[in-house]
Order: sequence, then C-alpha cells, then structure tokens
Amino acid sequence: MAKNKKLDKADNKALQGILKNAQEVYDKSLKGHKPQLKMPVRSLSNVRYEKKEGFLALKNQLKIRTLTYNTVKSFAQTLKMMSISKELIETNDHASKRETYYISKNWGPARFDEQPESDTVMDDIEAMMCVNREQLRFLPEEKGGEVAGQLIVYDRDRDTGKPLKIDCTGFGSGAYSIPISVEHLEFQTKAKFILCIETAGMFQRLVAHNYWRKANCILISMGGVPTRATRRFVRRLADNMRIPVYAFVDGDPYGFANIYRTLKVGSGNAAHINEFFCVPSATFLGVTPQDIIDYKLPTHPLKDVDIKRARDAIKNDPFFRFHKEWVNAIEQMVKMGVRAEQQALAKHGLNYVIEEYLPQKIKKANKFLP
Amino acid sequence: MAKAKTMAKQSPQRNPKKANIPHEKTKTAKNVVREDAESMAKRQREISVSEFFAKNRHLLGFDNPKKALLTAVKEAVDNSLDACEEAGILPTITVKLDRLSAPVKEPTPEEIAQEGKSKKGRAVVPNERFHLTIIDNGPGIVANQLPKIFGKLLYGSKFHRLKMSRGQQGIGISAAGMYGQMTTGKPMKITSKLPKKDKAAFVELTIDTKTNKPEVLQEKEIVWSQPSESGTIVEITLEGRYQRGKQSIDEFVTLNTLSNPHADFTFIAPDGEKLHLPRRTEELPPVPSEIKPHPYGVELGRFHQLAAETGGRSLAGFLQRDFCRVSEKVADEILKAAGVKDVAPSKFTPEILNKVHETIPKIAIMSPPTDCIVPIGEELLQETLRSQTQAEFFTATTRSPSVYRGNPFIVECALAFGGELPADEPVQVFRFANRVPLQFQPSACASHRVITKIDWKSYGLQQPRNAVPVGPVAILVHVASVWVPFTSESKEAIADYPEIKNEIRLGLQECARKLSIHLSRARRAAEEDRKASYIDTYIPYVGEALQEMLKLSDNQRDKVIQTLRTTLEKGKVDGEE
Repeated sequence: MAKNKKLDKADNKALQGILKNAQEVYDKSLKGHKPQLKMPVRSLSNVRYEKKEGFLALKNQLKIRTLTYNTVKSFAQTLKMMSISKELIETNDHASKRETYYISKNWGPARFDEQPESDTVMDDIEAMMCVNREQLRFLPEEKGGEVAGQLIVYDRDRDTGKPLKIDCTGFGSGAYSIPISVEHLEFQTKAKFILCIETAGMFQRLVAHNYWRKANCILISMGGVPTRATRRFVRRLADNMRIPVYAFVDGDPYGFANIYRTLKVGSGNAAHINEFFCVPSATFLGVTPQDIIDYKLPTHPLKDVDIKRARDAIKNDPFFRFHKEWVNAIEQMVKMGVRAEQQALAKHGLNYVIEEYLPQKIKKANKFLP
Repeated sequence: MAKAKTMAKQSPQRNPKKANIPHEKTKTAKNVVREDAESMAKRQREISVSEFFAKNRHLLGFDNPKKALLTAVKEAVDNSLDACEEAGILPTITVKLDRLSAPVKEPTPEEIAQEGKSKKGRAVVPNERFHLTIIDNGPGIVANQLPKIFGKLLYGSKFHRLKMSRGQQGIGISAAGMYGQMTTGKPMKITSKLPKKDKAAFVELTIDTKTNKPEVLQEKEIVWSQPSESGTIVEITLEGRYQRGKQSIDEFVTLNTLSNPHADFTFIAPDGEKLHLPRRTEELPPVPSEIKPHPYGVELGRFHQLAAETGGRSLAGFLQRDFCRVSEKVADEILKAAGVKDVAPSKFTPEILNKVHETIPKIAIMSPPTDCIVPIGEELLQETLRSQTQAEFFTATTRSPSVYRGNPFIVECALAFGGELPADEPVQVFRFANRVPLQFQPSACASHRVITKIDWKSYGLQQPRNAVPVGPVAILVHVASVWVPFTSESKEAIADYPEIKNEIRLGLQECARKLSIHLSRARRAAEEDRKASYIDTYIPYVGEALQEMLKLSDNQRDKVIQTLRTTLEKGKVDGEE
C-alpha cells in the first residue's frame, strides 16, 4: 500500500511536470513570444561531486531550447513525446524506447528517423522533469545485471500481487535477472559482501565454482557499464542489508572511468537521478595498476583512446579529481602504458582468481581504491 | 638598264658557291633583270586611295560576299540615319534586296565529304548577284554634290569635325559602290530630292579608281517616287551572298532598331519577305554638338599640326581658339607654367610648342563638354536587352564622359541575366559604337579584352582562364564618341585605348555588382521560402501536441499554430538583422 502511494506520487510529479511545461509553452506562444523548454545540461561538465552523499550531482547549467527555425523540428518532437508520456501515465501503461520510436512514425515529417534521436529526446524530457525515465513510462530494452549467491529476493506475483520468494542460490549454473524496476523488491541475506563483476565470463567462472558459497557473498554481473536498474538494485541491497560492495573490473581506463565510476557515483548524462541510481559505498577491488605489477599480469599496450580517457578522467571528472588515490593510480597506469583484463589472471591457472587473487584482495578490503 | 644587266651577269660569279647549290631562286636569278634605284624610280608613283582600297577591300569590310552585302547595307543605313538626325527628321528607312541571279545551292555536308574523298579540287561556288536599294526620308543631297559624295573615296562632311556621328571618314558608301562596280561592272544609281524642289536629281556613276574621281554616266531630273517630302535612294548592283541568322542583314536591322528606337526600318529580303520594325519613340535623340579637341591627350604631332593651321593671333589665342575648355585664364596659366611667352604664330618654334604640350597635363582643365555625346541611356539600354533576350534581370549604366586623345567619349554598359539565356555557353555580347551595331571581330574589340580580364567569378559566374565568362548572361557595350577609334576602316572593332578600356571595365563592373546584389537577394529570398516551408512543416505538430496535453479545442490549436507561425516568420527577419 505504501508502495502504491509512492508510485502515485511519482506519477503525479511526472504528470504535473508535463502539464506545467505544456501550459508555459502554450501561454507564451499565444502572447506572440517564442516558447522555451528548459532542461539541465546533460554532461560531465554540469555535475559536481557530492562528497558527503558520494554521488555526482547536477549543477545548474540549463539548456534552453527556444522555438526557432532551427529548433522547430526537435521542439515539436519533444512536445509530442511529452504527450505520449502523459497518455501512458493516465492509462497506466508503458512503452519501451523502441516502441516509442515506432509510435513516432505516426507523426508524418516530425517522425524520428533513427532510434538514437528519440532516445535523446526522451533523456531531455526526463532531465527536464527531473524524474526517472520509468516514471515517464518509458522502459529501456537494456538488460539489467544478473545475480547469483547468498540472497533471497522478494518480488510480487504479476497477477495476484502475492509475495514471490526468489532464492538466488537456486539458479544452478544460471542466474537471477535484475528486473527493470526494482523499487518494490525486498531482500534477505547473510552475505558478507557484494561483488560486482564487469564481464560475464568472469561471472560464469565464479558461479561455476560456487565461489559465492566459499566466500559467502552475492555475485552480480554488470555486463559492462551497469544499467540504471543494476545500480539501483545494488544500491538498495547494500543500503538495506548494510553490506559492502566491491567492484571487480578490467584494469583499464574504461573499467575505471566508465564502469566503476558510473556504478559508484552515477553518470553525467543522467545526473538528475544519480542520487538514487548509484552505489556510493562501493569500493574498487581490482584490477588496479599495482595488481598488474604484483601479479605479473599479461598486458596490452594502452591505445590512444585509453590514454585520452585516462587523462580526461584526471582532468575533468569531479569524482577522480577528488580522490588523490585515483589520480595516482591512473597516472601510474598511463606511465606504465599498459592495461590488463580481469581474465588475464587465467595466466596463473584457471582457478587462480578464486583460490589466490580474490581471497588475498578481500583480506585487505580496507586498502581498496575508493 | 645597262648597269642592271652587268649586275645580273656578275652576280653568279660573285657567289660561285651559291650558284652551284641547286636552289630555285638562285637559278632563276640568271634570267632576272635586277633593278636599281633609277629603274625603280620609274615605277614609283602615287597610289590613289580608291586603288588602294580596291586591292584591300577587306579593310573596308568587303572580305567575303556575305559580309560585302551587309557592309553595303550598313554604310547606306549609317549615312541615312546621320542625315535624318542632323536635319531633325524621324528616319524611315527601307532596305530592299533583289536577287538578280539564280540562288546558288550551298553544298550539303555529304557533298563536301564526297569531294574530299574524290580528291578533286572543290569547284568555285559562283557568287550571286544582287540589286540593293536603300530608301530614306532624309533631307536629300544637293545635285552637284552627289557625284563627289558617292563617287569619291574620303570625301565627306564628318572627317574634319569632332561630332558624334555614325559615319566618320567618308569612305563607306563610295566603297560600297566601288565594290559593286568591280564585281558586276554596274554603276551606282542615286536619286535625291530636296524638300523645296518638285523633281528629284538622278545620277548614275562609277569611280575612276586610278584618280579617285567620279565618272558620271547619266544625270537627269526625274519624278520622286516616294511619299516623303525629301529623301535619297541609293542603288548598287553587287555580288554577294544572302543568308539569315548570325551576322546577317536581318540581324543588323534588328540591332539597329535597338540603338535607334526613333527609326522605322523595313527590310525586304530577296524572297520577298518583309521585316518591318516600327519606331518605338517619336522623340529624336538630342542633336550632338560639335566640339573642338580637348587639350588633354592631344598628341604632340596633332598639336603641332593644329598650331600650324591656327587662326589664333598668339600662342594663348591658339590654345583658346582651337581647344575646348581653355579660357584666357587657363591659357595664361599654361604659358606661365611652361615658361614661354605669348608669341605670334610666326614665332611658334617646335621648342615652344613642345614645352606647352608637356605642360598641359599639369594644369587643371575642365573635362570636355558632354552635350557633344548623346548616350542611349540606361532605360533604353535595358529595354534593348529585354527585347533581345528572355532574361529575368536587367541592369544598365551610363558612365560619365571621359577623354582619350582629347576626344570625349561615353561608355554605356548593360547586362541581362537568367531567364531563358543558356547557362552553359559563353555570354552573349552586343557591341555598339555611336549607335551602330558591331557584328564582326568580337575578339579584336577592346570590349572583348576587358570582358576577359574582369574576374567574373567574384560576381558568381564561371569563367575559363582568359576567356569570356560562361553563364546565362548577355552583355551590351556602347561606346559613343566624337571620334570612335576603330581597329580598321571597316569599323568592326574598337581600338585598345586604355582610357576606353578602363571606362568599359568600370561600366561592366558596375553592372556585375548590381547582378551579384540581385543574385544574393534572390538566393536570400529562396532561403526564406525554404525556411518558411520548413517551419510550416513542423509547427502543426507543436499545436497537435499541445492540444493533446492541454485538451485544447481545434480552434485553440489552430490559433496557437497561427500565432507561432507569425512569431517565427518575424523572428527570422529579426535574426538576420
């Protein structure tokens, strides 16, 4: 019941935001002024690092889309998409991003030619209303992460609404998929930590050998940059159950600056929701540049894009800039000029990661990179 | 003669080596009688202008049968127009061409190809014979002047004065008669009636080319056959070829009406087809006044000549009397600056004259009077182009008068763009000099040199290197002067005087600037249209979305669409400022 009320509140916020913006556009138009739509700039340049809460928060740079010759098409598209969202909320329905793109095919010349165009407009509206995409009733296709280990998830039956108990130890060689919306989930666990893993390959190895049982933990496969649902799931799990989160990703600038950074403090693109869609308590297990040396890992040279990404992180990313340890680590990697993947540990034997690397690292969890 | 013989004998011995070389020239030299100064002197004698031009008829525009016919028409028409304008008569001119021989069939391309294969020489195409009649309503010519005007080269009223007119030297019409006489042996016939006389004077004459004197074959008074009160009929029988199209008589007559809208032309072609081009205005152009040369640009030789012939009583008097724009004050100024005394004509030494001539450019002298030149006018020039081309944009400019070699002149330029003008061909150029269309030798003309030198690319046209630009453009250049400098007596191309070229350049550039303004304006208008239609495409969806969200009525929706459309269109203009 409490959850239903919260849901209504969220719907109301989205609905009111849509109506307010539409009314402003209408009033301004009738007065013979050029109407405007205001939304926060969605980029890393418009975020600051909230040290206390530990996420990337939006600054107040606004992107103002004034209706002119140049913007008339995207202006019409934005309003039309707001209209779709309003109808979805009112009819308690959803549309996937892809479905929304196809709905636009009814708009004649104002239709979207490619889905990335409609996704961008969607993100704009989301930021404009400062709500989550799901609150606008737009659903992503992106798959959430997968979970295996010492965790029981309580969901509800879609038809009856009855609680549904899901034991994540019982998926055998498979795993539990994180649903797109996770707000209603409740948890039960005695695990000591959550391990967020970048690659499905490494996740599979740990599941196949029941590492979660050995280490008494919850394994989460992120499959690259974690989706919003994955981030929210881990966040709620960590907060509710008060267990630490460790990230285990490739030792390269992409692993640091994109995967880990987004997991821990959110993204620049969806900064308006970062507060809830990130895991500030997460720490970085590996692979660190020092690991490459300590474990004599086989490496690949850094490519130009890697070096650029690394320099950019040190220079422009407020999260890394705040943490001296990270600046040092990234500089160390640039100096070494090499990167190493998680699975490079296989050099020392397929189960080296389970038997040696992870146990050794977790013993010194207090020394993880922030 | 004896001496010459000796030389002829000696020469092979002098050059024995050369003689052994089997060389044609040296071989025949044995039999040739060599000349000396005395023997040559016996054959040295005066050449009459008639004789000279009879041999060099291309210099007068009679190079080929087709052109000869056109030149004859042109010379007669020029004279008629000049005479009418001087007398204040609205010209009515009829040109009639009768074929006297059977039309010669032009060889077809197949026949030409056949001839090429058979390796036989091509048979000379016999020329056709025509009877050309030009009838005007001019003031007529006094009977005893007729033989000299038509039967003598370099006789006329226009050479010794500085006044804008079509004819200049007094060669044209007599040369046409001479050409007829040479090609057909037929005399020229002239009928002329003065306004106050009842009968018209008729003469039939030939030119004695050796003496450049008319030989009158027949002279009588006849009944005037024309409705006009006065006028002249010139009849010439000549060889020629008549073809319509480019550089034809038809083209000449049409172009002539463009530069002479006050004239009524009729051309009756050999096939009897009548081309009547009525006058477009009843207003005669202002009569150009005669002027004296201007001191600027008078060359030293001419200056000496004028000084020798002066009727002035002193140096200052000479300057005042024989030049325009030289007042007493200016004359004093010149003498003072030259450091010479105001001596009598008998004491004009070359040194004094040289000093004065050197000084003249340093003294500020008013430009020559401009009323001596009557431009066609910007409006009429545009109309001229409009009647010749189906273009969409027209512009014209009349430059202010300028001076070359002391002769005032005015350049006028006009330009047409777009419409049905071909976009991928070199631009069309119409040239006029003192209202006479120039149909030949376009690339020898000063205007051509200027056109190819201008960078047309900067005005939005394509232009191959050093060539006439390519594009949907027609250009008109009119040079009017008291003395138009032609490259030859056939008056086909204007000579390369820097002053004239400069004025043509400035005139064309002015037209081109107006063209590029027009082009950018047209581009802007097209862009605005495009923008407006772009806005119209998407604005309805803004209205539709607002209607859906705010549950607007159809009226409210349409109103907001309309208001937004107005706002955006307006904003578009604001944005550009």
